[in-house]
Amino acid sequence: MTKIEEFIEETGAFDCVECGKCTSLCPVANINSDFAPRLIVVKAQEGLESEIKRDKDIWSCITCEICNDMCPYEVDFSGFIQRMRVEAVGMGNVPVCSEAGAVQTMQRITGMGQKQNRLAWLTDDLKVSDKGDVYYFTGCAYQLGILFNDKAPELKEIPANVVRIMNAAGIEPVVSNKEVCCGHDQLWSGDEVGFIDLMEQNVEMIKETGAKKVVFSCPEGFRTFNIDYQGFLGDLDFEILHISEFLMNLIDEGKLEFKETDETVTYHDSCRLGRHAGIYDTPRDLLDAMGVEFVEMASSQEKALCCGVNAFTNCNEASRQLQMMRLLEAKQTGAETMLAFCPKCVIHYNCLLSMEKMPIEREKIDIKVKDFSNFVAEHMK
Amino acid sequence: MLQRGYHQQTFHQRADTCNGRVLPRGGEILTAFEPRIVAFCCNWCSYAGADLAGVSRLQYPPSARIIKVMCSGRLEPQFILKAFELGADGVLVAGCHIGDCHYIAGNEKAKVRVEMTKELLDVLGVDSRRLRLEWISAGEGTKFADTMNNFTKELEELGPSPLKEVI
Repeated sequence: MTKIEEFIEETGAFDCVECGKCTSLCPVANINSDFAPRLIVVKAQEGLESEIKRDKDIWSCITCEICNDMCPYEVDFSGFIQRMRVEAVGMGNVPVCSEAGAVQTMQRITGMGQKQNRLAWLTDDLKVSDKGDVYYFTGCAYQLGILFNDKAPELKEIPANVVRIMNAAGIEPVVSNKEVCCGHDQLWSGDEVGFIDLMEQNVEMIKETGAKKVVFSCPEGFRTFNIDYQGFLGDLDFEILHISEFLMNLIDEGKLEFKETDETVTYHDSCRLGRHAGIYDTPRDLLDAMGVEFVEMASSQEKALCCGVNAFTNCNEASRQLQMMRLLEAKQTGAETMLAFCPKCVIHYNCLLSMEKMPIEREKIDIKVKDFSNFVAEHMK
Repeated sequence: MLQRGYHQQTFHQRADTCNGRVLPRGGEILTAFEPRIVAFCCNWCSYAGADLAGVSRLQYPPSARIIKVMCSGRLEPQFILKAFELGADGVLVAGCHIGDCHYIAGNEKAKVRVEMTKELLDVLGVDSRRLRLEWISAGEGTKFADTMNNFTKELEELGPSPLKEVI
Protein backbone atom coordinates (compact mmCIF):
# COMPACT_ATOMS: atom_id res chain seq x y z
CA MET A 1 0.00 0.00 0.00
CA THR A 2 1.41 3.38 -0.90
CA LYS A 3 1.40 6.26 1.54
CA ILE A 4 -1.45 7.94 -0.33
CA GLU A 5 -3.61 4.80 -0.27
CA GLU A 6 -2.81 4.48 3.41
CA PHE A 7 -4.18 7.85 4.41
CA ILE A 8 -7.15 7.64 2.05
CA GLU A 9 -7.99 4.53 4.08
CA GLU A 10 -7.29 6.22 7.42
CA THR A 11 -9.32 9.35 6.74
CA GLY A 12 -12.09 7.41 5.00
CA ALA A 13 -11.85 9.72 2.00
CA PHE A 14 -12.85 6.94 -0.45
CA ASP A 15 -16.45 7.48 0.64
CA CYS A 16 -16.40 10.98 -0.92
CA VAL A 17 -16.23 9.56 -4.41
CA GLU A 18 -19.55 7.82 -4.14
CA CYS A 19 -21.45 10.46 -2.19
CA GLY A 20 -20.50 14.01 -3.05
CA LYS A 21 -22.39 15.87 -0.34
CA CYS A 22 -19.14 17.68 0.41
CA THR A 23 -19.10 19.11 -3.07
CA SER A 24 -22.58 20.55 -2.76
CA LEU A 25 -21.70 22.20 0.56
CA CYS A 26 -18.18 23.37 -0.23
CA PRO A 27 -17.99 27.18 -0.27
CA VAL A 28 -15.13 27.12 -2.76
CA ALA A 29 -17.00 24.80 -5.13
CA ASN A 30 -19.90 27.25 -4.98
CA ILE A 31 -17.71 29.98 -6.41
CA ASN A 32 -15.28 28.05 -8.55
CA SER A 33 -17.18 25.42 -10.52
CA ASP A 34 -13.95 23.65 -11.54
CA PHE A 35 -13.26 22.73 -7.94
CA ALA A 36 -14.80 19.67 -6.29
CA PRO A 37 -13.57 17.97 -3.13
CA ARG A 38 -14.37 14.49 -4.32
CA LEU A 39 -12.53 15.04 -7.57
CA ILE A 40 -9.35 15.47 -5.55
CA VAL A 41 -9.93 12.09 -3.96
CA VAL A 42 -10.53 10.47 -7.33
CA LYS A 43 -7.26 11.84 -8.65
CA ALA A 44 -5.42 10.77 -5.54
CA GLN A 45 -6.89 7.28 -5.66
CA GLU A 46 -5.50 6.79 -9.13
CA GLY A 47 -2.17 7.67 -7.55
CA LEU A 48 -0.72 8.93 -10.81
CA GLU A 49 2.22 11.11 -10.02
CA SER A 50 1.66 13.20 -13.14
CA GLU A 51 -1.91 13.95 -12.01
CA ILE A 52 -0.89 14.90 -8.48
CA LYS A 53 1.93 17.10 -9.78
CA ARG A 54 -0.47 19.15 -11.87
CA ASP A 55 -3.37 19.22 -9.45
CA LYS A 56 -3.66 22.75 -8.06
CA ASP A 57 -7.03 21.97 -6.46
CA ILE A 58 -5.47 20.65 -3.27
CA TRP A 59 -4.29 24.20 -2.63
CA SER A 60 -7.68 25.72 -3.45
CA CYS A 61 -9.32 23.93 -0.50
CA ILE A 62 -9.59 26.39 2.37
CA THR A 63 -9.71 23.59 4.96
CA CYS A 64 -12.74 25.18 6.60
CA GLU A 65 -14.11 21.71 7.45
CA ILE A 66 -17.71 22.45 6.46
CA CYS A 67 -17.46 19.15 4.57
CA ASN A 68 -16.18 17.23 7.62
CA ASP A 69 -18.97 18.60 9.73
CA MET A 70 -21.79 17.75 7.36
CA CYS A 71 -20.39 14.48 6.03
CA PRO A 72 -22.77 11.54 6.53
CA TYR A 73 -19.81 9.09 6.47
CA GLU A 74 -17.60 11.00 8.93
CA VAL A 75 -14.80 11.42 6.42
CA ASP A 76 -11.89 13.50 7.67
CA PHE A 77 -11.54 15.44 4.44
CA SER A 78 -9.33 18.20 5.80
CA GLY A 79 -7.06 15.54 7.28
CA PHE A 80 -6.87 13.99 3.85
CA ILE A 81 -6.00 17.37 2.32
CA GLN A 82 -3.38 18.04 4.97
CA ARG A 83 -1.55 14.81 4.21
CA MET A 84 -2.12 15.06 0.48
CA ARG A 85 -0.34 18.41 0.54
CA VAL A 86 2.73 16.89 2.13
CA GLU A 87 2.83 14.30 -0.67
CA ALA A 88 2.25 16.95 -3.32
CA VAL A 89 5.09 19.15 -2.09
CA GLY A 90 7.34 16.09 -2.23
CA MET A 91 6.43 15.83 -5.91
CA GLY A 92 7.06 19.50 -6.59
CA ASN A 93 3.46 20.70 -6.53
CA VAL A 94 3.70 23.83 -4.39
CA PRO A 95 1.21 26.51 -3.36
CA VAL A 96 1.26 30.20 -4.19
CA CYS A 97 2.05 31.89 -0.88
CA SER A 98 0.80 35.30 0.18
CA GLU A 99 3.41 38.01 0.73
CA ALA A 100 5.77 35.83 -1.35
CA GLY A 101 5.97 33.42 1.59
CA ALA A 102 7.16 35.92 4.19
CA VAL A 103 4.89 34.48 6.88
CA GLN A 104 6.19 30.94 6.46
CA THR A 105 9.80 32.12 6.36
CA MET A 106 9.29 34.23 9.48
CA GLN A 107 7.83 31.21 11.27
CA ARG A 108 10.67 28.93 10.18
CA ILE A 109 13.20 31.50 11.36
CA THR A 110 11.74 31.42 14.89
CA GLY A 111 12.87 27.81 15.14
CA MET A 112 16.47 28.27 13.98
CA GLY A 113 18.01 28.28 17.42
CA GLN A 114 18.99 31.94 17.82
CA LYS A 115 18.07 33.94 20.90
CA GLN A 116 14.78 35.57 19.98
CA ASN A 117 13.40 38.79 21.28
CA ARG A 118 9.93 37.29 21.29
CA LEU A 119 8.73 39.08 24.40
CA ALA A 120 9.32 42.55 22.98
CA TRP A 121 5.72 43.41 23.95
CA LEU A 122 6.34 42.72 27.63
CA THR A 123 6.17 46.03 29.50
CA ASP A 124 7.04 46.61 33.15
CA ASP A 125 3.42 46.78 34.33
CA LEU A 126 2.76 43.21 33.20
CA LYS A 127 3.47 40.41 35.65
CA VAL A 128 4.73 37.12 34.26
CA SER A 129 6.78 34.30 35.71
CA ASP A 130 9.37 31.75 34.54
CA LYS A 131 7.82 28.72 36.13
CA GLY A 132 4.25 28.03 37.10
CA ASP A 133 1.01 26.21 36.38
CA VAL A 134 -0.37 28.35 33.59
CA TYR A 135 1.60 28.79 30.41
CA TYR A 136 0.40 31.38 27.92
CA PHE A 137 1.30 30.46 24.34
CA THR A 138 1.51 33.83 22.61
CA GLY A 139 1.83 32.44 19.08
CA CYS A 140 2.80 34.72 16.25
CA ALA A 141 0.17 37.44 16.74
CA TYR A 142 2.81 40.04 17.60
CA GLN A 143 4.97 39.23 14.60
CA LEU A 144 1.95 39.20 12.30
CA GLY A 145 1.00 42.59 13.71
CA ILE A 146 4.35 43.94 12.54
CA LEU A 147 4.20 42.25 9.15
CA PHE A 148 0.63 43.42 8.53
CA ASN A 149 1.05 46.77 10.16
CA ASP A 150 -0.99 48.47 7.44
CA LYS A 151 -3.95 46.12 7.84
CA ALA A 152 -4.25 45.00 11.42
CA PRO A 153 -1.80 46.82 13.74
CA GLU A 154 -3.97 45.91 16.73
CA LEU A 155 -2.62 42.35 16.61
CA LYS A 156 0.54 43.61 18.25
CA GLU A 157 -1.44 44.32 21.41
CA ILE A 158 -2.89 40.81 21.82
CA PRO A 159 -0.16 39.22 23.99
CA ALA A 160 0.08 42.21 26.31
CA ASN A 161 -3.69 42.43 26.62
CA VAL A 162 -4.10 38.73 27.41
CA VAL A 163 -1.47 38.97 30.14
CA ARG A 164 -3.23 42.09 31.44
CA ILE A 165 -6.53 40.21 31.68
CA MET A 166 -4.83 37.32 33.48
CA ASN A 167 -3.09 39.71 35.86
CA ALA A 168 -6.43 41.31 36.70
CA ALA A 169 -7.66 37.87 37.77
CA GLY A 170 -4.55 37.38 39.89
CA ILE A 171 -2.76 35.00 37.55
CA GLU A 172 0.85 35.46 36.54
CA PRO A 173 1.22 33.33 33.42
CA VAL A 174 4.46 31.82 32.25
CA VAL A 175 5.67 33.18 28.92
CA SER A 176 8.85 32.13 27.22
CA ASN A 177 11.37 33.63 24.88
CA LYS A 178 12.21 30.12 23.69
CA GLU A 179 8.74 29.58 22.29
CA VAL A 180 8.65 29.05 18.54
CA CYS A 181 5.76 29.20 16.12
CA CYS A 182 3.34 26.30 16.46
CA GLY A 183 3.93 25.11 12.90
CA HIS A 184 0.31 25.33 11.78
CA ASP A 185 1.19 27.04 8.52
CA GLN A 186 4.04 24.63 7.87
CA LEU A 187 1.80 21.62 8.23
CA TRP A 188 -0.99 23.04 6.09
CA SER A 189 1.37 24.16 3.37
CA GLY A 190 2.91 20.72 3.11
CA ASP A 191 6.14 21.11 5.11
CA GLU A 192 5.82 18.25 7.58
CA VAL A 193 9.50 18.18 8.45
CA GLY A 194 9.54 21.87 9.34
CA PHE A 195 6.42 21.31 11.41
CA ILE A 196 7.92 18.44 13.39
CA ASP A 197 11.00 20.52 14.11
CA LEU A 198 8.91 23.34 15.58
CA MET A 199 6.64 20.91 17.43
CA GLU A 200 9.52 19.20 19.22
CA GLN A 201 11.00 22.52 20.30
CA ASN A 202 7.68 23.74 21.69
CA VAL A 203 6.82 20.59 23.61
CA GLU A 204 10.32 20.46 25.11
CA MET A 205 10.11 24.12 26.11
CA ILE A 206 6.72 23.73 27.81
CA LYS A 207 7.95 20.66 29.70
CA GLU A 208 10.82 22.74 31.05
CA THR A 209 8.46 25.33 32.48
CA GLY A 210 6.50 22.62 34.30
CA ALA A 211 3.16 24.07 33.22
CA LYS A 212 -0.02 22.07 33.77
CA LYS A 213 -2.28 24.27 31.67
CA VAL A 214 -1.39 25.86 28.34
CA VAL A 215 -3.64 28.72 27.28
CA PHE A 216 -3.97 29.87 23.68
CA SER A 217 -5.38 33.13 22.40
CA CYS A 218 -4.96 31.93 18.83
CA PRO A 219 -7.34 29.23 17.53
CA GLU A 220 -4.71 27.89 15.14
CA GLY A 221 -2.20 27.20 17.88
CA PHE A 222 -4.99 25.65 19.91
CA ARG A 223 -5.99 23.33 17.11
CA THR A 224 -2.42 22.46 16.25
CA PHE A 225 -1.55 21.46 19.82
CA ASN A 226 -4.85 19.74 20.41
CA ILE A 227 -5.15 17.73 17.23
CA ASP A 228 -1.83 17.72 15.39
CA TYR A 229 0.70 17.60 18.24
CA GLN A 230 -1.30 14.94 20.02
CA GLY A 231 -1.74 13.12 16.71
CA PHE A 232 2.01 12.87 16.33
CA LEU A 233 3.16 12.55 19.92
CA GLY A 234 0.21 10.91 21.66
CA ASP A 235 -1.45 12.57 24.64
CA LEU A 236 0.48 15.51 26.00
CA ASP A 237 0.82 15.76 29.76
CA PHE A 238 -0.61 19.25 30.04
CA GLU A 239 -4.10 20.59 29.60
CA ILE A 240 -4.75 22.60 26.44
CA LEU A 241 -7.20 25.45 26.90
CA HIS A 242 -8.52 28.17 24.69
CA ILE A 243 -8.57 31.64 26.20
CA SER A 244 -12.39 31.77 26.00
CA GLU A 245 -12.68 28.64 28.16
CA PHE A 246 -10.02 29.91 30.52
CA LEU A 247 -11.72 33.29 30.92
CA MET A 248 -15.14 31.72 31.41
CA ASN A 249 -13.71 29.74 34.34
CA LEU A 250 -12.33 32.95 35.82
CA ILE A 251 -15.67 34.72 35.38
CA ASP A 252 -17.51 31.83 37.04
CA GLU A 253 -15.15 32.20 39.97
CA GLY A 254 -16.01 35.89 40.03
CA LYS A 255 -12.47 37.02 39.35
CA LEU A 256 -13.18 39.27 36.37
CA GLU A 257 -15.50 42.25 36.13
CA PHE A 258 -16.46 44.34 33.17
CA LYS A 259 -17.48 47.90 32.41
CA GLU A 260 -21.00 48.65 31.32
CA THR A 261 -21.34 49.18 27.60
CA ASP A 262 -24.02 49.68 24.98
CA GLU A 263 -21.98 48.37 22.08
CA THR A 264 -23.48 45.84 19.67
CA VAL A 265 -21.22 43.16 18.33
CA THR A 266 -21.38 40.05 16.22
CA TYR A 267 -19.05 37.07 16.47
CA HIS A 268 -17.28 35.27 13.67
CA ASP A 269 -16.63 31.58 14.34
CA SER A 270 -13.13 31.05 13.03
CA CYS A 271 -12.96 27.61 11.45
CA ARG A 272 -10.00 26.48 13.59
CA LEU A 273 -11.90 27.24 16.77
CA GLY A 274 -15.38 26.30 15.67
CA ARG A 275 -15.52 23.34 13.35
CA HIS A 276 -11.99 22.09 14.00
CA ALA A 277 -12.08 22.26 17.79
CA GLY A 278 -15.82 22.41 18.47
CA ILE A 279 -15.77 25.55 20.60
CA TYR A 280 -18.94 27.49 19.85
CA ASP A 281 -20.52 28.34 23.17
CA THR A 282 -17.79 29.83 25.35
CA PRO A 283 -17.15 32.90 23.16
CA ARG A 284 -20.89 33.62 23.21
CA ASP A 285 -21.08 33.03 26.97
CA LEU A 286 -18.17 35.38 27.36
CA LEU A 287 -19.99 38.16 25.48
CA ASP A 288 -23.05 37.50 27.58
CA ALA A 289 -21.05 37.76 30.81
CA MET A 290 -19.55 41.02 29.58
CA GLY A 291 -23.02 42.47 29.10
CA VAL A 292 -22.38 43.28 25.47
CA GLU A 293 -25.31 43.24 23.11
CA PHE A 294 -24.72 40.31 20.80
CA VAL A 295 -26.36 39.59 17.45
CA GLU A 296 -25.91 36.37 15.51
CA MET A 297 -25.08 36.35 11.82
CA ALA A 298 -27.23 34.46 9.30
CA SER A 299 -24.72 31.62 9.05
CA SER A 300 -23.07 30.89 12.34
CA GLN A 301 -21.60 28.12 14.45
CA GLU A 302 -21.27 24.92 12.35
CA LYS A 303 -22.43 26.78 9.28
CA ALA A 304 -20.18 29.81 9.70
CA LEU A 305 -18.57 31.15 6.56
CA CYS A 306 -14.81 31.20 6.31
CA CYS A 307 -12.36 34.06 5.82
CA GLY A 308 -11.22 32.38 2.62
CA VAL A 309 -7.53 31.79 3.19
CA ASN A 310 -5.65 29.08 5.03
CA ALA A 311 -1.99 29.06 6.05
CA PHE A 312 -1.39 32.16 3.90
CA THR A 313 -1.57 30.16 0.68
CA ASN A 314 -3.63 30.66 -2.44
CA CYS A 315 -5.33 33.94 -1.69
CA ASN A 316 -7.36 34.44 -4.85
CA GLU A 317 -10.68 35.58 -6.30
CA ALA A 318 -12.61 32.95 -4.37
CA SER A 319 -11.05 34.19 -1.12
CA ARG A 320 -12.15 37.74 -1.86
CA GLN A 321 -15.64 36.55 -2.60
CA LEU A 322 -15.85 34.53 0.61
CA GLN A 323 -14.61 37.48 2.65
CA MET A 324 -17.17 39.71 1.01
CA MET A 325 -19.99 37.27 1.71
CA ARG A 326 -19.04 37.13 5.38
CA LEU A 327 -18.75 40.89 5.77
CA LEU A 328 -22.11 41.35 4.04
CA GLU A 329 -23.69 39.09 6.64
CA ALA A 330 -21.92 40.88 9.45
CA LYS A 331 -23.05 44.28 8.22
CA GLN A 332 -26.64 43.06 7.85
CA THR A 333 -26.83 42.26 11.57
CA GLY A 334 -26.53 45.98 12.28
CA ALA A 335 -23.65 45.42 14.70
CA GLU A 336 -20.85 47.97 14.95
CA THR A 337 -18.09 45.42 15.29
CA MET A 338 -17.37 41.89 14.23
CA LEU A 339 -15.18 40.01 16.68
CA ALA A 340 -12.94 37.07 15.84
CA PHE A 341 -10.41 35.14 17.88
CA CYS A 342 -8.18 34.23 14.99
CA PRO A 343 -5.58 36.91 14.16
CA LYS A 344 -5.52 35.68 10.59
CA CYS A 345 -9.25 36.19 10.15
CA VAL A 346 -8.74 39.75 11.38
CA ILE A 347 -5.96 40.26 8.82
CA HIS A 348 -7.89 38.78 5.92
CA TYR A 349 -11.07 40.77 6.52
CA ASN A 350 -9.16 43.98 7.06
CA CYS A 351 -7.22 43.24 3.91
CA LEU A 352 -10.45 43.29 1.92
CA LEU A 353 -11.63 46.42 3.71
CA SER A 354 -8.36 48.21 2.95
CA MET A 355 -8.74 47.74 -0.80
CA GLU A 356 -9.33 50.88 -2.78
CA LYS A 357 -11.58 49.33 -5.38
CA MET A 358 -14.28 46.86 -4.48
CA PRO A 359 -16.80 44.95 -6.55
CA ILE A 360 -19.49 46.10 -4.12
CA GLU A 361 -20.38 49.44 -2.52
CA ARG A 362 -18.24 50.00 0.51
CA GLU A 363 -21.17 50.89 2.78
CA LYS A 364 -22.56 47.38 2.40
CA ILE A 365 -19.58 45.67 4.01
CA ASP A 366 -17.97 48.43 6.00
CA ILE A 367 -17.80 47.02 9.52
CA LYS A 368 -15.04 47.09 12.14
CA VAL A 369 -13.29 43.74 12.48
CA LYS A 370 -11.53 43.37 15.80
CA ASP A 371 -9.69 40.82 17.83
CA PHE A 372 -11.72 39.27 20.64
CA SER A 373 -8.97 39.27 23.29
CA ASN A 374 -8.28 42.96 22.72
CA PHE A 375 -12.00 43.64 22.99
CA VAL A 376 -12.19 41.83 26.34
CA ALA A 377 -9.20 43.79 27.67
CA GLU A 378 -10.79 47.09 26.62
CA HIS A 379 -13.96 46.30 28.52
CA MET A 380 -12.32 45.18 31.73
CA LYS A 381 -12.90 47.16 34.87
CA MET B 1 -6.33 9.11 19.27
CA LEU B 2 -4.66 7.41 16.35
CA GLN B 3 -1.01 8.19 16.45
CA ARG B 4 0.81 9.05 13.28
CA GLY B 5 4.22 7.52 12.83
CA TYR B 6 7.11 9.76 12.01
CA HIS B 7 10.84 9.47 11.83
CA GLN B 8 12.82 11.78 14.00
CA GLN B 9 15.17 13.78 11.85
CA THR B 10 18.77 13.61 12.81
CA PHE B 11 19.54 16.81 11.00
CA HIS B 12 17.46 19.87 10.41
CA GLN B 13 16.04 19.96 6.99
CA ARG B 14 13.09 22.04 6.07
CA ALA B 15 11.22 22.59 2.91
CA ASP B 16 10.32 25.99 1.65
CA THR B 17 7.00 25.03 0.21
CA CYS B 18 6.53 28.45 -1.30
CA ASN B 19 9.08 27.78 -4.00
CA GLY B 20 9.47 24.08 -3.67
CA ARG B 21 13.03 24.05 -2.43
CA VAL B 22 14.46 21.93 0.30
CA LEU B 23 16.61 24.09 2.47
CA PRO B 24 19.74 22.38 3.65
CA ARG B 25 20.72 23.58 7.04
CA GLY B 26 24.12 22.22 7.75
CA GLY B 27 26.70 23.89 9.85
CA GLU B 28 29.31 26.17 8.46
CA ILE B 29 32.95 25.81 9.27
CA LEU B 30 34.42 29.19 9.89
CA THR B 31 38.10 29.91 9.72
CA ALA B 32 38.25 33.63 9.25
CA PHE B 33 34.93 35.40 9.35
CA GLU B 34 34.14 37.21 6.16
CA PRO B 35 30.66 38.70 6.24
CA ARG B 36 28.38 37.81 3.40
CA ILE B 37 26.16 40.63 2.27
CA VAL B 38 23.22 40.43 -0.09
CA ALA B 39 22.84 43.84 -1.72
CA PHE B 40 19.62 44.70 -3.51
CA CYS B 41 20.39 47.60 -5.85
CA CYS B 42 17.86 49.44 -7.94
CA ASN B 43 18.43 49.41 -11.66
CA TRP B 44 18.39 53.18 -12.22
CA CYS B 45 20.58 54.61 -9.48
CA SER B 46 22.35 52.25 -7.11
CA TYR B 47 23.30 49.56 -9.60
CA ALA B 48 24.80 52.24 -11.79
CA GLY B 49 26.51 53.59 -8.66
CA ALA B 50 28.03 50.16 -8.04
CA ASP B 51 29.10 50.11 -11.67
CA LEU B 52 30.76 53.48 -11.31
CA ALA B 53 32.61 52.27 -8.21
CA GLY B 54 33.95 49.39 -10.28
CA VAL B 55 34.82 51.48 -13.32
CA SER B 56 36.56 54.02 -11.08
CA ARG B 57 38.52 51.12 -9.51
CA LEU B 58 37.47 52.04 -6.00
CA GLN B 59 38.46 49.37 -3.51
CA TYR B 60 35.79 47.68 -1.42
CA PRO B 61 35.55 44.21 0.15
CA PRO B 62 34.25 41.48 -2.14
CA SER B 63 31.72 40.47 0.49
CA ALA B 64 28.57 41.55 -1.32
CA ARG B 65 26.49 39.62 -3.82
CA ILE B 66 24.61 42.26 -5.74
CA ILE B 67 21.09 41.53 -6.94
CA LYS B 68 19.62 44.00 -9.36
CA VAL B 69 15.96 44.92 -8.91
CA MET B 70 14.11 47.38 -11.11
CA CYS B 71 13.21 49.57 -8.15
CA SER B 72 13.88 49.44 -4.44
CA GLY B 73 10.10 49.48 -4.13
CA ARG B 74 10.10 46.00 -5.68
CA LEU B 75 11.63 44.67 -2.51
CA GLU B 76 9.36 42.59 -0.35
CA PRO B 77 10.05 41.77 3.30
CA GLN B 78 10.29 38.16 2.18
CA PHE B 79 13.42 38.87 0.07
CA ILE B 80 15.17 40.11 3.18
CA LEU B 81 13.94 37.33 5.46
CA LYS B 82 14.87 34.74 2.88
CA ALA B 83 18.39 36.12 2.53
CA PHE B 84 18.87 35.82 6.28
CA GLU B 85 17.36 32.35 6.37
CA LEU B 86 19.79 31.18 3.72
CA GLY B 87 22.75 32.47 5.68
CA ALA B 88 23.39 36.12 4.82
CA ASP B 89 25.16 38.11 7.52
CA GLY B 90 23.80 41.38 6.27
CA VAL B 91 21.35 42.77 3.73
CA LEU B 92 21.78 46.08 1.98
CA VAL B 93 18.93 47.78 0.23
CA ALA B 94 20.04 50.59 -2.04
CA GLY B 95 17.83 52.87 -4.08
CA CYS B 96 17.57 56.34 -5.62
CA HIS B 97 17.50 59.36 -3.35
CA ILE B 98 14.05 60.38 -2.15
CA GLY B 99 12.46 62.46 -4.89
CA ASP B 100 14.65 60.91 -7.58
CA CYS B 101 12.86 57.58 -7.97
CA HIS B 102 12.47 56.51 -11.56
CA TYR B 103 8.99 55.32 -10.65
CA ILE B 104 8.12 58.47 -8.67
CA ALA B 105 7.77 57.01 -5.15
CA GLY B 106 9.07 53.43 -5.11
CA ASN B 107 11.86 54.31 -2.72
CA GLU B 108 9.40 55.76 -0.23
CA LYS B 109 7.62 52.40 -0.20
CA ALA B 110 10.97 50.67 0.27
CA LYS B 111 11.67 52.90 3.26
CA VAL B 112 8.43 51.90 4.99
CA ARG B 113 9.01 48.22 4.29
CA VAL B 114 12.61 48.22 5.45
CA GLU B 115 11.64 49.92 8.71
CA MET B 116 8.92 47.35 9.26
CA THR B 117 11.28 44.49 8.46
CA LYS B 118 13.85 45.90 10.89
CA GLU B 119 11.27 45.76 13.67
CA LEU B 120 10.44 42.17 12.73
CA LEU B 121 14.09 41.14 12.59
CA ASP B 122 14.66 42.47 16.09
CA VAL B 123 11.79 40.36 17.41
CA LEU B 124 13.12 37.31 15.56
CA GLY B 125 16.49 37.75 17.22
CA VAL B 126 18.40 39.01 14.20
CA ASP B 127 20.02 42.35 15.01
CA SER B 128 18.30 44.98 12.89
CA ARG B 129 21.68 46.62 12.26
CA ARG B 130 22.26 43.75 9.84
CA LEU B 131 19.74 45.37 7.52
CA ARG B 132 20.71 48.65 5.97
CA LEU B 133 18.95 51.09 3.69
CA GLU B 134 21.01 53.58 1.69
CA TRP B 135 20.23 56.06 -1.04
CA ILE B 136 22.97 55.89 -3.67
CA SER B 137 22.66 57.73 -6.97
CA ALA B 138 24.28 56.76 -10.25
CA GLY B 139 26.99 59.36 -9.73
CA GLU B 140 27.93 58.26 -6.23
CA GLY B 141 30.46 55.52 -6.87
CA THR B 142 32.43 56.61 -3.85
CA LYS B 143 29.36 56.46 -1.64
CA PHE B 144 28.75 52.90 -2.78
CA ALA B 145 32.32 51.85 -1.97
CA ASP B 146 32.19 53.67 1.38
CA THR B 147 28.88 52.01 2.27
CA MET B 148 30.34 48.59 1.52
CA ASN B 149 33.43 49.31 3.59
CA ASN B 150 31.45 50.58 6.57
CA PHE B 151 28.82 47.88 6.45
CA THR B 152 31.40 45.10 6.18
CA LYS B 153 33.29 46.56 9.12
CA GLU B 154 30.15 46.80 11.21
CA LEU B 155 29.20 43.22 10.38
CA GLU B 156 32.67 42.02 11.32
CA GLU B 157 32.09 43.55 14.74
CA LEU B 158 28.62 41.98 15.01
CA GLY B 159 29.99 38.54 14.06
CA PRO B 160 28.29 35.82 12.05
CA SER B 161 24.52 35.83 11.73
CA PRO B 162 22.80 33.99 14.61
CA LEU B 163 20.80 32.01 12.08
CA LYS B 164 23.93 30.19 10.95
CA GLU B 165 25.13 27.14 12.77
CA VAL B 166 28.82 27.65 13.28
CA ILE B 167 30.91 24.55 13.86
